[in-house]
Amino acid sequence: MKKWMGMVALLVMVMMVAAGCSSETSQGDDGKVELDYFTFSPGEAHEKDLKKMIEEFEKQNPNITINYEMAAFEDYFTKLQTRLAGGDAPDTFELNYENFVNYASKGALMDLDNLIQEDSDFSSDQLNQEAFKAFQYNGKQYGMVESFSNVVLFYNKDLFDEAGVDYPTADWTWEDELAAAQKITNKEEGVYGTYAPIQFWEFYKTIAQNGGSVFNEDMTKATVNSEANIEALQWMVDKVNKYNVTPSEEELSGQSNGDLFKAGKIAMLRTGIWMFDGFKDTDFEWDIALEPGKTQKAHHFFANGLAVSKDTEHAEAAWKWVKFMSASEEAAQIRIDNAWELPAVSNEELVQDYLEQTPPESRQVVFDALDSLVVPPVIEEWNKLTDAFSKELDLVKLGDKTPEEALNDLQPKVQDLIDK
Amino acid sequence: MVGDKGFKKFLVICIFLLPNFIGFIFFIGVPILASFGLSFTEWDLISNPSWIGIEHYKALLGDEEFRSAMFHTFYFIAGYLPLVMSGALGIALVLNKKIRGRVFFRAAYFVPVITSWVAVSLIWKWLFNPTYGLINYGLSLIGVSGPAWLHDPTWAMPAIILTSVWKDLGFVMVIYLAGLQGISPTYYEAADIDGASAWQKFRNITLPLLNSTTFFVLIISLINSFQVFDQVMIMTEGGPAGSTTVLVQQIYKHAFDYYEMGYASAISWVLFFIIFGVTLVQMKLQKRWVDYGN
Repeated sequence: MKKWMGMVALLVMVMMVAAGCSSETSQGDDGKVELDYFTFSPGEAHEKDLKKMIEEFEKQNPNITINYEMAAFEDYFTKLQTRLAGGDAPDTFELNYENFVNYASKGALMDLDNLIQEDSDFSSDQLNQEAFKAFQYNGKQYGMVESFSNVVLFYNKDLFDEAGVDYPTADWTWEDELAAAQKITNKEEGVYGTYAPIQFWEFYKTIAQNGGSVFNEDMTKATVNSEANIEALQWMVDKVNKYNVTPSEEELSGQSNGDLFKAGKIAMLRTGIWMFDGFKDTDFEWDIALEPGKTQKAHHFFANGLAVSKDTEHAEAAWKWVKFMSASEEAAQIRIDNAWELPAVSNEELVQDYLEQTPPESRQVVFDALDSLVVPPVIEEWNKLTDAFSKELDLVKLGDKTPEEALNDLQPKVQDLIDK
Repeated sequence: MVGDKGFKKFLVICIFLLPNFIGFIFFIGVPILASFGLSFTEWDLISNPSWIGIEHYKALLGDEEFRSAMFHTFYFIAGYLPLVMSGALGIALVLNKKIRGRVFFRAAYFVPVITSWVAVSLIWKWLFNPTYGLINYGLSLIGVSGPAWLHDPTWAMPAIILTSVWKDLGFVMVIYLAGLQGISPTYYEAADIDGASAWQKFRNITLPLLNSTTFFVLIISLINSFQVFDQVMIMTEGGPAGSTTVLVQQIYKHAFDYYEMGYASAISWVLFFIIFGVTLVQMKLQKRWVDYGN
């Protein structure tokens, strides 16, 4: 009996100790505000640039202090979700477009519309309109775009010259790409004409180049197995298996396509403008062009934005910070100077600075591509969608399913995901 | 009734147990209980959990991904268990003899055990590389063109099994060695006098007297292999085409990719009951074949 009571006493003690440790609040007196900012995009490479931005912001707003915390992209969303669950949401945090919808739909974000209306210094035309609107959900502004990047066609000029083929132009189609790739491919030397990965992101863009899409316009019906989509996926696979102008998974054997391009083994590579820095020191000439399409042009568009937690006690200060990161010239200038993605500001002078940097020579292409941007087909069950596609596209890549079979099998699964 | 002195003694014991006990309560006890409760709810970490009864458990019955994860887990166990146990016993038998450099070999087999799973997985990933990997190079020397291993749905799981066997062999070997050294040499001497062959000695002396060791190894390895995760996550992430998805990885996926804590908890509890059931059956069966001697 006593033993039992001893145990209870012990438990109570433990509980009391634990209770004593929790619940502390930090409120600044003298009107000073401390603001948390949780972020993934700087990484090690750009942490110093983030510090510069914070310094500049604190100079303009002496009564606000920014406490930033970084996490690697792989861990970021788990950590963020856990902090939200624990009632310890950071005042402001970063979201990429794919995850933005998820958080907005769960009601974790503050509606910024009122703050925007009250702020006479801010007008949305300071920003690229497409990028600004990307962070709206159900017609309300829940986030502010801070930067974007896209994917274009990188090409190795030297390989084109050697094969005597003209450089890609804006009006190229898939057929032109294939013809050039066939001329350039030289298996004995391990040189391949063109490369695009077979995965979900590449898929939703490639089908768009053929007029297809994953969902209908108002996102109520899955259109996964449409004619246009099957044809587009067939084309992706044919480049590897039928025309042999793209290395197979086995031929790549773990090397990244970026490394292969850098080694001068790929003539045309669809990849992101974030590779500009990585390709700076290649010993051949390269440039970029718009991607060839089939019936129309389509280019990836990825954006990061800042959001404000709905639970923050410092809504106004948070808005100032978010606005600074999104629309201020100072933050944009720091981004451009350090090649840290592209700011979404519409200021042409700033853009000019960016265009003058080389390589590549045709930097204007980055902005031209925005005219035909395709955003990720985001739904609430985004991670399930990408997993389902990854599995089926793997089977297509392995030759275990034809594109038609795989897309037919996916159609009902994807429909289920939006019906939930 | 316990006297005053006894109670004091009890308190002293409690104080010494306290640090460990607190850790257990908060990091193991409470989460375990919470996960059981959560398995009857829908919870995305942001909104409040909502009670849905046994819906998750019902859904599991029709969940194709769950079923294939279950199948792959059993596939893993079926390949891994016999290999690691027979391999470890074989090595232990050899290294129990007075051969040259046996201390070195014992250490060598044990090194993978203390190496981190991340390092082991990454190195084996390279070894299994279809074009540049050492394994396919070795196979090509004897005229075999090796498969694409981790890129091939047929060969990805065998590759993971091989890696796991290599890593755990040393641990099981050490336990078998201890078991072997507990066998009194007098049995073998008597058998020698009777003219028993090496096989007869192994079959009739070594194996029966190792029963309790084998039982321990079996239970521990089985529990561990139900929880196979690290190597899968690093080497294939469940691919290609979902051919190496396993149960714990499904738990991880639902909890931290899909933010379905309730569903993830339900899978955890199903996994627990499977392990519990299997272990229980073995405990019952042990009476028939395990002999702890005196």
